[in-house]
Amino acid sequence: MEWPDQIFQKLCEAEISQVVYVPDAGHARLIELCHQANDIKSTVLTTEEEGIGVLAGAWLGGERGVLLMQSSGVGNCINTLSLAKVCGFPLVMIVTMRGQWGEANPWQVPMGQITAENLRLAGAVVYEVNEANMAAPAVEAAARIAFSGGLTAAVLLSQRMIGTKLFKD
Amino acid sequence: MQEPDKLLRRDVVAHILADRGDILVVTGLGSPTYDCAAAGDHALNFYLWGAMGSACTVGLGLALAQPRRRVLVVTGDGELLMGLGALATIGAKSPDNLAIAVIDNERYGETGMQRTHTSAGVDLAGIARAAGFRQTATVRQLTELEGAIPILHTAKGPVLVVLKVSAARDPLVLPTWDGPFLKARFRQALLGAKAA
Repeated sequence: MEWPDQIFQKLCEAEISQVVYVPDAGHARLIELCHQANDIKSTVLTTEEEGIGVLAGAWLGGERGVLLMQSSGVGNCINTLSLAKVCGFPLVMIVTMRGQWGEANPWQVPMGQITAENLRLAGAVVYEVNEANMAAPAVEAAARIAFSGGLTAAVLLSQRMIGTKLFKD
Repeated sequence: MQEPDKLLRRDVVAHILADRGDILVVTGLGSPTYDCAAAGDHALNFYLWGAMGSACTVGLGLALAQPRRRVLVVTGDGELLMGLGALATIGAKSPDNLAIAVIDNERYGETGMQRTHTSAGVDLAGIARAAGFRQTATVRQLTELEGAIPILHTAKGPVLVVLKVSAARDPLVLPTWDGPFLKARFRQALLGAKAA
């Protein structure tokens, strides 16, 4: 089983019923699995911070969710992360990285290089994953601390693990 | 500020919430939060005091989680304008139990009454309609308000009603800003004593 399928299994075990996302190529398989699942409501967002609000509302209504995005979207989220932090809403973010090892596009580098630090400054627990076999355990750990403790937990899936976009047909 | 023909925000919000039944209410930061508190504090009010632009998205997540309950977002023009993309997200998702009331004074009330884009003619009901909302309306007169209540309370959603109100300031009525308390109180009232 590939790592996106393993992550999906962990989401099911964590009783996730809402998945909100701005797409990324690295998340394509996981997004497909979520859309296929009858008991998961998948919501496409216009910008990543919308997901923090949607998942806060989901929790108020008794449901658990996760937010999928690319690292560039973390910058869009900073002020809205205060909603999760100040109220103690559980928030699980699964972030595919750009601007790291092997990146071809310099426009991705500034945000990619400060993603983890920004999340920590905003109060998130951050798990950085470099090996595919650690992706699902990291998601399991993030879900545990987020839902049991009302914390924000982010899993960063490294570019070395998910592969590099090389801009070739 | 004297605007004798204009609706008064406190009256409008009190009217909308008067027969709220089991409606779940999410409020946008600033005056809409105070207006809803002034209409009567309620365990099923979730007041936002920050995270500007998030009122509609919190309402969306709640509406998806509680499809049998009506969810009403009460927010302001400035707050909504910061998260306009949320109207597209809601239009695409089309939750039939979500209603949005925009208390539109055409001002940023918390920061010195600077004008918002709605004062320049930006039409929030039109934007919502174009985003796929099932019903929208803009209310300017007391006589129109009565017709807007059933839209907000019972019409098939998503619906959005803009209520054009006076820019007059009202006395502050501040609900608690203790986020964990508001969250736990809401969940216990909705989901039962074991939820927190």
